[in-house]
Amino acid sequence: MSELLDLYRTMVRIRAFEDAAEAASQGGVSWGGAATDKVAEVLVKGPLHLSTGQEAVAAGVCAHLGHADLLTSTHRGHGHTLAKGADPARMMCELFGKAGGYNGGKGGSMHIADFSVGMLGANGVVADGLPIAVGAAHALKIQGLDAIAVAFVGDGALNRGPFFEALNWAKVYHLPVLFVCEDNRISATTPSAAMTAGENAASRRAEAMDIPALRVDGNDVQAVSEAAGRLVAEIRSGQGPRLLHAITYRLKGHVSVDPASYRDPLEVQAALENDPITLARDKLATRGLAREAEGIERQARDEIAAAVATARSAPAPEAASAYTDVLTVGEGMWQ
Amino acid sequence: MSAPQQLSYAQAASLALEEAMGANPKVVALGEDLGRGGVFGQYRTADGRPLAAAFPERVLDTPISEAAIMGAGVGMALAGLRPVVELRVVDFALCAIDELVNQAAKNRFMFGGQGRVPLVARMPIGIWTASAAQHSQSFESWFAHVPGLVVVAPGTPADNYGLLKSALEGDDPVAYLEHKELWGLQGEVQPGVAVPLGQCRVAFDAGSDLTLVSWSRQVQVCVQAAGQLAAQGVHAQVIDLRTIWPWDRETVLASAEKSGRLLVVHESIQAAGFGAEIAATVAEHTGARVARLGAPRIPVGYAPVLEAQSRIGADAVVQAARRLLAR
Ligand SMILES: Cc1ncc(C[n+]2csc(CCOP(=O)(O)OP(=O)(O)O)c2C)c(N)n1
Repeated sequence: MSELLDLYRTMVRIRAFEDAAEAASQGGVSWGGAATDKVAEVLVKGPLHLSTGQEAVAAGVCAHLGHADLLTSTHRGHGHTLAKGADPARMMCELFGKAGGYNGGKGGSMHIADFSVGMLGANGVVADGLPIAVGAAHALKIQGLDAIAVAFVGDGALNRGPFFEALNWAKVYHLPVLFVCEDNRISATTPSAAMTAGENAASRRAEAMDIPALRVDGNDVQAVSEAAGRLVAEIRSGQGPRLLHAITYRLKGHVSVDPASYRDPLEVQAALENDPITLARDKLATRGLAREAEGIERQARDEIAAAVATARSAPAPEAASAYTDVLTVGEGMWQ
Repeated sequence: MSAPQQLSYAQAASLALEEAMGANPKVVALGEDLGRGGVFGQYRTADGRPLAAAFPERVLDTPISEAAIMGAGVGMALAGLRPVVELRVVDFALCAIDELVNQAAKNRFMFGGQGRVPLVARMPIGIWTASAAQHSQSFESWFAHVPGLVVVAPGTPADNYGLLKSALEGDDPVAYLEHKELWGLQGEVQPGVAVPLGQCRVAFDAGSDLTLVSWSRQVQVCVQAAGQLAAQGVHAQVIDLRTIWPWDRETVLASAEKSGRLLVVHESIQAAGFGAEIAATVAEHTGARVARLGAPRIPVGYAPVLEAQSRIGADAVVQAARRLLAR
């Protein structure tokens, strides 16, 4: 049962983080709805892609990864980054564009990353993380390292060339890489079913390249964890690439300012009832762990409130840092 | 001719497209999320309806498949249509650069003039607040470098209407670069009036002490700077290039000849930017002193203070103009 509690903790921390980020991006109220959390200014500027409703995938997969394992993410990367072990305060600083952020305020939400825990970055270009993960896996193989690489990918990204090219490469070079499709059935505002050929495209396209795939209910964190555990073990034992196809739902709009009014309210209602966090909490309650669950929620709320406070009071980056980390050679030749 | 209309930059282009689609059944538009009206509302009519409601067969939603969108656009053009290819932001258009550069731009020449690729690739450029390094780039100089492409960068609603109209009527592949932070800009549009490609516009004319050349959003900044300079007794002419290729050399050279001083201002990176081409051309053909002002060669940062390093405001233009005048 401690495993479910751990998975629950990861999910709840992600939810708390993203709720607070969302509030800070809208000047609204943060997680828990306390009026005291009211944020007057827009503290998170720019596009904020929330993974609300998809936490089980990040939690279930990353439970099987260590810091030596390398991970690339999508534009919706907060959950993956937190689950991989990043510090929420430094992440929040990055979202707030502050100096203490992981990228020194240079990247923001869409480029959230913590290389120290093997999280090689969220990405602003759909599907571009896949070849990078494949390259990372290839590097691990060449260097004889034990670790694996993981690439998260959205279902909309399945239609870009880099998806096909990365899977093919991973297979022909027999690389230790896990592809994880977070199939939330929508791409920005367009239902994926209307734009993607074939049922269950993520898993079936992998199978077409002889990459074994597992399909799971991406809202059932235990199911995700079990499947991911199996695939990761197979990859670690040298059996080559695998794909996990997790079917889930994006509970919020494409970006935080998108009310997602294009969605069928009935579908949203059904999805809310299938919220992975509620499902896990109910499971914990039936096993007599309601108090523990509450404790986890309280802890997460406190941790994230502290992260927000840190980010609020952190200084802005020095303007001069706009000119650092561009190049090693020719540094200083700005014009 | 109908009465002038007050439209946003986005609505102006929509109107041009709507008219073109109404007049010519060969005009089609394809891209991600177009059916709902485009991410910036640039495929919505002035009254807010998605263009797809009026032309359901010809406004096409596509998969996230930039290479295929552009490649299919080339194929559609070769098979008789006039596609408008929507690439969301120019940063993702790089996923389709092979199809644009190696296919669209080369086809006519490579096949001895047998084919034509009348394709308009709408690839929005420019800094977009807090959107960081992969959503804020300006690549007009890349496209200007490719033989076979027309490159257009409208700076006002009227021009976005008029230039798109011309682009849709021509037979060439056009890199059509709207600025992401201009979508909401309001202005008067005269329906029916096309703006010819390759002709600049004098955006401000206080005198001939200095020639300022710019395009896209930076024109507004230059006009503002020219106002400040005028108050200091320096009388500048501001030229909005509108079309990057072919560019209106004649007007620019004549103005530089007269003023003897030319400053090019652009939002894109100064190093190897199109300003270098203009400055060199002016230096080769006139006795004018030339200078350029563009962004430093750094990726656009996320935090406001970092992003600001890549923005060029009126004060910077005034300072660059003063340095040039003092040389
Ligand atoms: C190459 C590219 N094309 C388009 C976009 C714009 N865009 C950002 S997210 C997105 C939808 C992605 O859908 P999906 O892969 O299913 O991920 P989800 O947002 O559902 O998590 C689009 C079209 C982009 N960032 N990169």
